Amino acid sequence: MRSYPADYELITPGNLDAVLRLLSDEPGRWTAIAGGTEIMVLFGAGKLSARKLVSISPLSELREIFEDEDWISIGSGCSFTQIRRHAGVQRHFPLLAKCASWTGSIANQNRGTIGGNLANASPAADSSPALLAYAAEIELISARGTRRIPYEQFHLGYKKIALAADELIRAVYLRKCPADSFCYARKVGTRNAQAISKICVAATGKLHQGRVEEIRIGMGSVAPAPLHLVGTERVLLGAALNDATIAEARKALLSEVAPIDDIRSTASYRKLIAGNLLEELLREFAAWGDRK
Amino acid sequence: MSARRFSLCVNGVERFVDVPPMARLLDVLRHELGLTGTKEGCGEGECGSCSVLMNGELVNSCLVPIAQAGGASILTIEGVGEQARLHPVQKAFLECGGAQCGICTPGMILATVHLLGKHPRPTQEEIHEGLNGNLCRCTGYMRIFEAVEKAACAMESGAME
Repeated sequence: MRSYPADYELITPGNLDAVLRLLSDEPGRWTAIAGGTEIMVLFGAGKLSARKLVSISPLSELREIFEDEDWISIGSGCSFTQIRRHAGVQRHFPLLAKCASWTGSIANQNRGTIGGNLANASPAADSSPALLAYAAEIELISARGTRRIPYEQFHLGYKKIALAADELIRAVYLRKCPADSFCYARKVGTRNAQAISKICVAATGKLHQGRVEEIRIGMGSVAPAPLHLVGTERVLLGAALNDATIAEARKALLSEVAPIDDIRSTASYRKLIAGNLLEELLREFAAWGDRK
Repeated sequence: MSARRFSLCVNGVERFVDVPPMARLLDVLRHELGLTGTKEGCGEGECGSCSVLMNGELVNSCLVPIAQAGGASILTIEGVGEQARLHPVQKAFLECGGAQCGICTPGMILATVHLLGKHPRPTQEEIHEGLNGNLCRCTGYMRIFEAVEKAACAMESGAME
């Protein structure tokens, strides 16, 4: 333990309005802490620069999952355990349930929240590719009001997000897609359990008469922020899923990813695996189309 | 920030501590309450040595600031069983040789108690997942997995008696 607890403030206002007022009165001075699975790691290591913390984990306003005919909304304070066990999420957004089950150990899933995961803005966050594949929207709230933006506009660069100093993430919104959509997700890490990804991918799609009618692919750990593979999708849309298309898609993918060497992997390995995962997902997509 | 008073229910007993709100639950248990059965391994939520149940959920106590545990019910290894009357999970770990150096054992036991609460007859996959946040550098895990299965059987037949 390399920090001195008395050097830090941690307050626990009773409700969301009180937290938003605090953030609005002293913008940039307070850091929100939810499940603590990131912040407490920095704290233990003596690397937590924020000295004034506000606990948002008890806020019931942020801890609910709502479902109606067209949408599911997941409060930012929902834990990964809550998300992966939710019947509506399992049924309509299986990729998100899967990605939640890949996020750390059971103990960390019990504490870690989706809002914390997104605010932490790691390019390796496991929930991000699924949210990109599902074209999720994200609702931000402050004392000024709320705004809702496409999730893919939330990441601005490495650890840079479109969250103002007085804002909190309130919820993630997912629009239900037709039941007969293809979906795929895979994570590659050093070990199966509890490893931070070397690379993580999720995709959804639809075929019409053997051609790609819709496809959305999200990938983690291949760029400064979670990446929506727009260029690769452009190559695929309208194309038949044959060897030539797959080769062209691989080429497009390599022109839009920009992985780095770091403690978990190397740029060249990540490029190779990104291509292999894309190929696997497209072959499964084609096989799924043949079975229908 | 100076110390504040927090109350928490530890192993069924209400306790009060005067500590800064960022004090880790792990340190409060060990240093304020003398419950040294909970171990510190990595201190960053990777190894599971400091596992306890908080309101019935498995957590790494090194990642919980005490202000977020105020009012909570905490179960530590000291509350799982007694020397004279071990919990079936503790018995099974002893009988199967699921403990060697002992540092991971309290966390393993708590993770197993949590797992069997959710899945009384766990599959191999559920056992692997339930314990995947608890690292052991001695046993190679096989005897631990056997202990979990044995405990599940013992608890099931115990429940039927």
